[in-house]
Formats: sequence, structure tokens, C-alpha cells
Amino acid sequence: MLDDFLTRAVLGAVGVALAAAPLGGFVAWRRMAYFGDATSHAAILGVALALALSVPIFAGTLVVALAMAFLVAHLTDRGMGADLLLGVASHGALAAGLVAVSFVEGARIDLSALLFGDILALGKGDLLVIWGGGLVVAALIFWRWRRLLTATLSADLAFAGGIDPEREKRILMLALALVVAAALKIVGALLIGALLVIPAAAARPFARTPEMMVAGAAVAGVVAALLGLWAAWVFDTPAGPSIVCAAVVLFALSTLTRLRG
Amino acid sequence: MTALITASSLGVRLGGRRVLHDVDFRIAPGEIVTVVGPNGSGKSTLLRSLIGAVRSETGTVTRKDGLRLSYVPQRLQIDPSLPMTVGRFLDLPTPATGAARQAALAEAGAGELPARQLADLSGGQMQRVLLARALLNRPELLLLDEPTQGLDQPGSAAFYQRIEALRDRTGCAILMVSHELHVVMSASDRVICLNGHICCEGHPETVAQAAEYRALFGSGTGGALALYRHEHDHGHAHDHDHGHDHNHDHGSAPRHDHAEAG
Ligand SMILES: Nc1ncnc2c1ncn2[C@@H]1O[C@H](COP(=O)(O)OP(=O)(O)OP(=O)(O)O)[C@@H](O)[C@H]1O
Ligand SMILES: [Mg+2]
Repeated sequence: MLDDFLTRAVLGAVGVALAAAPLGGFVAWRRMAYFGDATSHAAILGVALALALSVPIFAGTLVVALAMAFLVAHLTDRGMGADLLLGVASHGALAAGLVAVSFVEGARIDLSALLFGDILALGKGDLLVIWGGGLVVAALIFWRWRRLLTATLSADLAFAGGIDPEREKRILMLALALVVAAALKIVGALLIGALLVIPAAAARPFARTPEMMVAGAAVAGVVAALLGLWAAWVFDTPAGPSIVCAAVVLFALSTLTRLRG
Repeated sequence: MTALITASSLGVRLGGRRVLHDVDFRIAPGEIVTVVGPNGSGKSTLLRSLIGAVRSETGTVTRKDGLRLSYVPQRLQIDPSLPMTVGRFLDLPTPATGAARQAALAEAGAGELPARQLADLSGGQMQRVLLARALLNRPELLLLDEPTQGLDQPGSAAFYQRIEALRDRTGCAILMVSHELHVVMSASDRVICLNGHICCEGHPETVAQAAEYRALFGSGTGGALALYRHEHDHGHAHDHDHGHDHNHDHGSAPRHDHAEAG
């Protein structure tokens, strides 16, 4: 069954949508959308380094994305304006990644695949990475759910309840780096942030609790993945951007329904 | 007497500024202590250092082993992207039974709110919900940062009565920040006057007469003191008809220090 490239594409896209859902909620609630972008742009640098050092791509992207997340978080805590800093980090990482890629000998890298994903070239190993990474993310967030939520509401309430909000933040950054590394092949470095934020935004109007929002984001993400793949197949459009477009349509429908109702 | 929490020669620096220095503080079981001081005098910072949210530059904060404390922040801003019902909020971080949640909400005067969205609450409603959440883990020490801000007049009066009743019933110690000097004077066992350091502290009446206090609060002082005396006279003359028993023995009698020059 896994020998069919279309089956692999569907499984990969659905896996990434499910992995992104619980994290997408936190990205929205903590206003980390641009933080997510900076982290995913760093993945390009990760790919270049992985090729240069001949280590697995997944490991390269994971490590560089994680390093980026911690660096930005650290600088933000030092009082630098978050918005400005993220602007520097996000664009800087993208540019540095593109420059680094050009240095890798033989130009074995398909730049468009890196930026926008190459879902139809998904291998069995990629599926393993996506579902394995997704399971780890889900387990991490499920395990720390109440603590993560408390720390998201207020660092002071967390401290008073014996929770270290800094540790919870590090856990979210680890989860973010995992999702970035897993999703790179599906939607590419430029659109990973979209996969985190848009399904969560589509779920927001109908959610009364954080749990409902995450469940809604998972449903919206999976529907967008299937719709996007179908559209890519029928209209011969790039798969990653098509998935994101489908998610935007769901968001628009959800928001409009709510405004009417 | 074993203190619940002790700060000794505590100093805190925030953003390069010295916000607190040489603060010695302790609170005993069942004590109601109020911190007063002008805006920016470090009241919130003191409470936040006690819960471990800000690192001290000098000195130490020590807690009794296994101390159960609850904290009500000065304000809580909810991001509009976060859907959260009041009932669900009370479940964080420790899950509570529906009955316990309802009881806590009723006790805080917010019994009708459990299904409402947190982000939709008015300031006063939010304050009540925060108090309900603080009551849920049966605290031994309750830290309240300006708990009556945004409460209507009857709500504020009822609040101080609830606090005192809570202390009498559960023996819970209470440390609160307040700007309502006249109420503070009647509702506290001890008042701490803070302005970067502890200017003076002690029994409300003593503090109200201290030069340091008068220097900070000036003209308001006379009125506050008059009210304080009035409420005391009132309580004794009319057989405690408004439910305040100022001669009440709280088992572990609170410290009634005399004001020291800061
Ligand atoms: N994160 C921070 N970084 C830098 N300075 C801070 C920070 N938090 C507080 N401060 C400063 O510390 C001082 C004390 O602040 P704090 O909030 O403790 O005052 P407060 O007594 O609670 O005032 P208010 O009555 O207005 O609530 C203020 O001068 C404030 O500007
Ligand atoms: Mg304050």
C-alpha cells in the first residue's frame, strides 16, 4: 500500500496536520506565529549543514531549528523587542540558509522543494519521520497539557502553582522544532508556519475550551490536507501551497459562519 | 511561632533599577497583613518574589515545607485567541470536582459564572473568579495583589468580610496589597508600609501614626485613622453587630509590632 506515491502523500500530509494541531494552539495563544516562522526558516540552513556534514537531513533541521528557537527566546528575554528581533531572525535565517545552500557542492538541492515542499517525492523514511515526530509532539503536549496551559495564561500563576514557565517554554520549542523538521518535506520552509496557525485560527470561532480548539484544528488541518492534495492532483498545482490555500478557505468559511450566526 | 514564609534582607533589581532592598518579612499562620505604598513602590514585586516569580538579587525567601499558597495577580490579561471557560480555568493546574468549583465560585460571589468565557468577563467578575481559583487548593497562605480593584462598593466591603471569615474558619494567612487605606486599617492585623523598603510596619493604628506613613500618605492619613477608630468603637459598642470581632483570639495570636523607623 505504501508503495503508491499518492498514498504516501496523503499519509504524510495527514500526519503533519495532526502533529501541528496541538502546537498550533499554543503558537496562537502565546503569539508565537513569527517565532514559528523564524524557526522554520532556520530549517533551510539545517538542510545545507546536514548535506555539508553528511548527516541525516532530519537531524540537521531539528538541531538548527532548535538552536534558532532557543537563541531567539534567549534574546527576547534579554529585553530586546520581540517583534523587531523576530524580523531580524526570520529574514536573516532565510537569507543565510539560501546562501549556505548555494555553497553545497554539486547543487544537489532542489530549492523549490526546500521552500515549498515536495510531497509527491515522499519516501517511506519520510513517513516514519513525520509520524514518529508527530507522536513525540503529541505525547509531549499531552503529558504537560495543564502545566503548558497554566504557563500560557500567566507566568506568575504558573510560578505560584509550582510550575516553572521557562521549562514549559522549552518544551514547546522542542515540539516546534520537531514539527518543523517533520513538515519540511510536506509544505516547505516558507509555509510551515501557515500549517501551524491557519487550522488553529479556523477552529477558534467554534471553540469554547482549549481542548476544543486543538481538536478543531486537527480536523481542519486534515480536511485541508486532503482537499489540498485533491486540488493539486486535479488542477496540477503545487501540493504544499494548495494545502495552505485549502486551510485559508476553511478559515474564511468558519469565520463567516460565525459572523452570520 | 513558625512563619509560613520568610524573606530576609531581600533585594530585587528589575531592568537595572533597584526596586526592593533590605526587606525583612515574615507572616504567621492566620495573620492578615496588608501592604500599602504608592504606585511603583514595589508591592507587586514583593508578592512576586514571594511566589518565586522574580529572582532576588540579595537575601533569601524561605517557605515552610509543603506550604500551600495561592496567588491572585494584580491583573490577568487573556489573549482573545485563547478560548477558556471560567469552569475550565478553575481546573488549572490542578483538576477540581464540579462541586468544589461551584463552591469556590459561590464563596467568591461569582456563582453564576462557570460557563462564561474568561475573556468576556468584566474587571470585577475576573477578580472574583481569580479569588475563587485561589480558594480551590485550600491555601495556608493567600497572596492577593489589589484584590478589590474593579469591585463595586458593596462587593469590596463584602470582600473584606469574606477574607476575614475565611481566616477565622480555615486559619489561612492572608497577605494583600491595597490602596483602600480606610478599609485596610480596619481589616488587618498588621500593616506594612512599603516604598522600596519597609518604611514602617505594625498594628494599623501604630502605623497610621508613624511619621514615615504620614510622609507617604499625607492628608489621607487623618481620615483613615478616624475611620479605623470609628469601626473599632462601633464594633465594641454595639456588640459586634457587623460581624467583626476585634478581640477574637486567633489561636496563634498575630504579631502586633510597634512601628520601627525605616
Ligand atoms: N519587568 C520589569 N522591568 C523593569 N522594571 C520593572 C518591572 N516590573 C516592575 N518594574 C518597576 O519596579 C517598580 C515597582 O513595581 P511594582 O509593580 O512592584 O509596583 P507596585 O507597588 O505594585 O505599584 P502599583 O501600585 O502601581 O501596582 C516600578 O518602578 C516598576 O517600574
Ligand atoms: Mg502593583
